[in-house]
Amino acid sequence: MAGALSRPGLLYHMNIELLSQYLVAGLTYGTIYAIVAIGFNIIYNATGIINFAQGEFVMLGGMIAVSLHHIMPLPAAILAAVLMAMIIGALIEIIFIRWLVSPSVLRMIIITIGISIFIREAALHIWGESVRALPYFTGTEVTVISIGDVHISPQVLWVTGTSAVMVALLTFFFSYTLLGKQMRACAANRDAARLCGISTANMVTLSFVLSAGIGALAGCVVSPITYVQYDSGTGLAIKGFTVAILGGLGNSTAAIAAGLVLGILESFSVWVLPTAFKDVVSISILLLILFVRPSGIFGSVEASRLKEF
Amino acid sequence: MTILEVRDLNKRFGGLQAVGDVSFSVQQGSIKALIGPNGAGKTTLFNLLSGMLPPDSGTIRFINDDVQRLQPYQVAALGMSRTFQHIRLFPHMTALENIMIGRHMHSKAGFIAGMLSLPWTRKEEKTVRERSLDIMAFLGIADFADTEATSLAYGQQRILELGRALACEPKLLLLDEPAAGLNMRETAEMAKLISRIRDTGITVLLVEHDMSLVMNISDEIVVLSYGQKIADDKPLAIQKNPEVIKVYLGEEE
Amino acid sequence: MVRSRYIPVALFAFSIIAVQLLTALTDRAQFLTQLTMTGYYSLVIIGLCMLIGYAGQISLGHAGFFAIGGYASAFLTTYNLAPHKEKPVISIFAKTGLLLNVQDLYGGDTLVFNPWLACIAAVAVTVLIAYVIGGPVLKLKGHYLAMATLGFGTIVYKVVLGTSFFGAADGLSDIPGFRLLPGLEVSGKTSIRIQNYYISWGMVLLGMLLLTNLINSRVGRALRSIHSAEDAANAMGINTGRYKLNIFVLSAVFAALGGVFLTHYNGGIGPSEASIMKSVRYVAIVAIGGMANLWGALSMGIILNFLSLRGYFGSYDDAVFGVILILIMLFAPEGLLRREVFRGAKKWLSGRGKAEGQKA
Repeated sequence: MAGALSRPGLLYHMNIELLSQYLVAGLTYGTIYAIVAIGFNIIYNATGIINFAQGEFVMLGGMIAVSLHHIMPLPAAILAAVLMAMIIGALIEIIFIRWLVSPSVLRMIIITIGISIFIREAALHIWGESVRALPYFTGTEVTVISIGDVHISPQVLWVTGTSAVMVALLTFFFSYTLLGKQMRACAANRDAARLCGISTANMVTLSFVLSAGIGALAGCVVSPITYVQYDSGTGLAIKGFTVAILGGLGNSTAAIAAGLVLGILESFSVWVLPTAFKDVVSISILLLILFVRPSGIFGSVEASRLKEF
Repeated sequence: MTILEVRDLNKRFGGLQAVGDVSFSVQQGSIKALIGPNGAGKTTLFNLLSGMLPPDSGTIRFINDDVQRLQPYQVAALGMSRTFQHIRLFPHMTALENIMIGRHMHSKAGFIAGMLSLPWTRKEEKTVRERSLDIMAFLGIADFADTEATSLAYGQQRILELGRALACEPKLLLLDEPAAGLNMRETAEMAKLISRIRDTGITVLLVEHDMSLVMNISDEIVVLSYGQKIADDKPLAIQKNPEVIKVYLGEEE
Repeated sequence: MVRSRYIPVALFAFSIIAVQLLTALTDRAQFLTQLTMTGYYSLVIIGLCMLIGYAGQISLGHAGFFAIGGYASAFLTTYNLAPHKEKPVISIFAKTGLLLNVQDLYGGDTLVFNPWLACIAAVAVTVLIAYVIGGPVLKLKGHYLAMATLGFGTIVYKVVLGTSFFGAADGLSDIPGFRLLPGLEVSGKTSIRIQNYYISWGMVLLGMLLLTNLINSRVGRALRSIHSAEDAANAMGINTGRYKLNIFVLSAVFAALGGVFLTHYNGGIGPSEASIMKSVRYVAIVAIGGMANLWGALSMGIILNFLSLRGYFGSYDDAVFGVILILIMLFAPEGLLRREVFRGAKKWLSGRGKAEGQKA
């Protein structure tokens, strides 16, 4: 499929059905990118670290759930997978991160990259190179819900619905629960938080647990549509990072909008570029943002300068 | 001859006016001191002068050029060099190498010449090395040439950083709290050193809290408070200035 | 006048010859193949070591430059211009030897670029891309710089993977040998195996010589000052932006040359040479070698790449480098072969010598 440029007639035949398909695909992927970005932001806000292994949590969620589904019903498999991912997230923090004393940014970047490779290779050896997917939660891959000319799979609703619920729960958690407020305090000023008796070390672990959990759940819910493979994580990490930067690093509300924007742009790019270049589009957007406005569309330029890099 | 002319310089950080409409000038061959309580904007002013910060408005005229929009390396190339309030030597490099960096602008060997190690570059390196050793001898720290810079005693590090700035062969030397952390004897020696430097023809602008040093060697003093200039005069007049006394109420004169 | 900095270079030259003779004596001449390949990978590593260790800039996309060099040269030396040979530019090029007449697999006549010209073009393209990318990228710091270089490497990977011009997933093959001089050719032919070993390691030797000179020169000093305190370096009149860019381009050229030569030696190149895993591997080797230790990076690169090429790591190849990276960064972030370790060893040895001298 060489793209629409080689078939000029197609340009004139873009109709509602095609448009809506691209849109829906964009929204679906965009939602996942946004969840990955929120995961980045949670850890970044608590620690100042960019966790390059973020994408691996999504991959692990899907892969573990698929394996567990062989021995337990779907909801239980998903729940167990998410819990296991959260435990892995906690273990990563405790084993690799907790005991480091003021590590440099460069060191942290390389460590998390190493962790991401380690998880990837472990996944390769456990599950091989094959692609896997959970079954569609409701119906099959041919079930559609039709609204006029627009046909969408119910799984799309599962993706957006689950993500919306996760975002709502996170917002509630950070705004109204004591633990959430403690995490925000820790993110705003770690020393002051410690002086108030908040265990900052536990807050850091909690941030990893939360990021892993939402990533894993996203991985489960999107796997019927996109399939997962041992190396699905890296691409997601780059795109999730792009979204996080686009919205302003640390700003999860903006990440949602930014995720949808990236998903839609990427989706529509298939219209003019060969599909093989879909990833090139999102990376080019990343580079563009980094060169022009690294504080993101919604971030404040001064605030981004103040963060130590 | 006026070597530095600062006019209506402004710099604001969010809600704080760090430097507000500051104007003064420095005469060539003199020693001018910049004093004021903590937070008065002195280091910010230095950062503006040396190009590390862009001003919001105002001009900085150095000899014949307007330098307020230049990068630090361009300002240095014009003949202004500086030291830092918190010593910024190059760790993992010897004292001699730190001084040799100061000679960077006065040597030429580039990438290609460096990789090929051409004969003229070797000669140039030798010259740079000798000149740097001379500077260290002038400052009395030649014995530490091959010691790692940050393992020197604090007072020696201050002198080393001064040497590095001198190696640039500046016309104007900005010294940011050269006596900070030095004891009385070391401070007196620093004062003598700065005078000797001025005697070689280099103009000195210094920020300092130690009043004995300031009053002893300065030809003129500028006083800042909350980013505003409140006085600009000879040392004796500054000591009698009521505004200055008010700002320093409770501190030693 | 023997300068101490050239002693390791001389030892290195000696070892190169010694290893080759050893393989001949022990009838292990087949090792020469992997050793030759290791040499070309070493070019990438020493260039990267300058960038990361001396200028302090991380690059997680350097395999991209290796691939640009390799693919450019591969493409130009295999793309058949014979259908266009009537056009004036093409025929002039052909007459002056810039284009060569090569027999393809089916005995037909093809017109392709002279490998020398292809090599120069590949390096030129690399320099251009490195300058264009490096300018904005090097203004970034920390995470942003790492991600930008990672993104660059990934773009190169996706482009060569997805373009049929570049052979897509299969890459380009049947790359002709590179005749450097009459009698000296870079190619995988077993008959000239020894010659190719020396070409490869000769280039590495030359590279080490040039870089050792650079480190000990005015530029090397400036780079180290930029790495340790960039603001102060700037205040001393060093145009830090331009220096960082130049060292970035230099390291890219080293990588590209490695790519060009290895492609001719292997007779082909595939998209995996541009992958993130390769880039990470290069960074891991520089890290374990000591960040700012050129000889450390070289020796670690030789050992690890050779073992990897011989298949000692099996299917855990990528995992090994990932684990190395983690362990080094956790426990020895300055790298294993730190200069301090060597200085300490030297001091200890000379202290013992003194004591013994006193006893006697």
